[in-house]
Amino acid sequence: MSGLLDINFLEINFKNPIIMASGTFGFGREYAEIYDIEKLGGIVSKGLTLNPRRGNQGIRVWETSSGMMNSVGLENPGIQAFIENELPFMQSLNLAHIINISGTNLEDYVKACHKISRKKVDMIELNISCPNVQENNIPFGIKETTTREVVKEVRKVVKVPLMVKLSPDADDIIRIARICEEEGADAISLINTFKAFAININEKKKIFENTFAGLSGPCIKPIALRMVHEVAKQVKIPIMGIGGIVNYQDVLEFLMAGAQAVQIGTANFINPKVGEIIIKDLENYLISNDISNISEIIGIVD
Amino acid sequence: MALIEYNKPLKSKFYLLKISGKYEAKMGQFFMIKKDSQFMFLNRPMSIYDLENDGIIFLYKKIGKGTTVLADCKKGDEISIHGPYGNGFPMEVKGDFALVGGGTGIAPLFYASKQLKKYCKNNTIHVFLGLQEKNEFEASFNNYADLLQVNYGGFITDYIPYEKYNTIFSCGPELMMKKIEKQARKLNIDHYVSLEKRMACGVGACLVCTCQTKNGNKRVCKDGPVFRGKDIF
Repeated sequence: MSGLLDINFLEINFKNPIIMASGTFGFGREYAEIYDIEKLGGIVSKGLTLNPRRGNQGIRVWETSSGMMNSVGLENPGIQAFIENELPFMQSLNLAHIINISGTNLEDYVKACHKISRKKVDMIELNISCPNVQENNIPFGIKETTTREVVKEVRKVVKVPLMVKLSPDADDIIRIARICEEEGADAISLINTFKAFAININEKKKIFENTFAGLSGPCIKPIALRMVHEVAKQVKIPIMGIGGIVNYQDVLEFLMAGAQAVQIGTANFINPKVGEIIIKDLENYLISNDISNISEIIGIVD
Repeated sequence: MALIEYNKPLKSKFYLLKISGKYEAKMGQFFMIKKDSQFMFLNRPMSIYDLENDGIIFLYKKIGKGTTVLADCKKGDEISIHGPYGNGFPMEVKGDFALVGGGTGIAPLFYASKQLKKYCKNNTIHVFLGLQEKNEFEASFNNYADLLQVNYGGFITDYIPYEKYNTIFSCGPELMMKKIEKQARKLNIDHYVSLEKRMACGVGACLVCTCQTKNGNKRVCKDGPVFRGKDIF
């Protein structure tokens, strides 16, 4: 154990700041067949809702320049089936596990968070930013009032560390971040995908049945980095940076911009072993730059 | 990263792509392939057309952005490949076989016929292919098939003597597989279909290739791509 990459995030020890983002890593099982995922700092579960969801109809993925759009629509087994069938596996892993909770109304958010909070999970990531849920075209995290409402109510029932995942489509992401902090969020993760649109010009039709879909990948990275930098200056709670990270240089940018850790999402699709590669490269960077722990570079760029 | 051995253009925008290296896979499985290009961000899932000692061969059709990038690849170019993924066709099967492929759906059937010939020596293997026009690769099916029937431009499903077979593997347009399933159900034939869907991760994590089956949502990349016809149609 080198200790070069160890970080402490909300009193939880992470072997390194590399955490796999919600919706890109399942519950860890599939990638565990491909490499030793216990090398990772942590994983975030696929987004879960109180009740099972079958997800969206039609095309669910569309390639773009340096990125992709998805319209999965939160297909998931529901919180109870997750607790019975998937949580034991996640908790058996020697890494931090974060449970991502989503909802379409306040009551469902609170019930789902209450259920999972009692299971001694390492952390809950409250997803108030998924653009792919039809019943609720405006995610809670777009408006200040709905953000305040959901974070306040969820906080009342959550006894484990609570991180809120923000939308880049928020009216004012700095203001939204501050509201999360005021209402008791322990940390913030940003950003979720951008609400985006694509058209099949030959058929003169929209690509996605749900009309809009979430844009991710390297094309969003500079914007994500800007948002992390802006938010980091305005809140005291720690931040996990997310958005188009594909290599160790991207990770360093997010850390230097003020994130304490990062999440890797879409890059897993390009190379399933990307987590392992980034961790090795980060270690080499620290050694060759004579840095004794990665936390030394957090927020060093003004 | 691996090197391209050849990338041969055939008729009807088909290409045969050979990538050097040692690979092991079951019939009906697929690999994720990507060329480093600004016009190709995601990997493309490709069924195994053939496995040789020194490389793996894929049959694809130049249709969209990704396959256009692939079609421009030359011998010696680097390409990323990972896999194999998916369940593949079942090996524990009985009786006489029909393999039915339409268009690019032909791709997994060549390696399947080769494997079946090797491991199911006592069974007859009949191959039925639906194509737009005569193509260079069809004749090679004669190496393994006891009978090869190719139909150009029409419905290959009209030429299959279904009652002869205990098991059918099919891959191609949905309508083709659906017609076969109808006959298979009537005659109590074990029918397996290989499905194609847009994918991102290829390993079962991202849920963009979900398909609806009689047993609920399934992932084409992980639970498939091979399913029982009766579970799909």
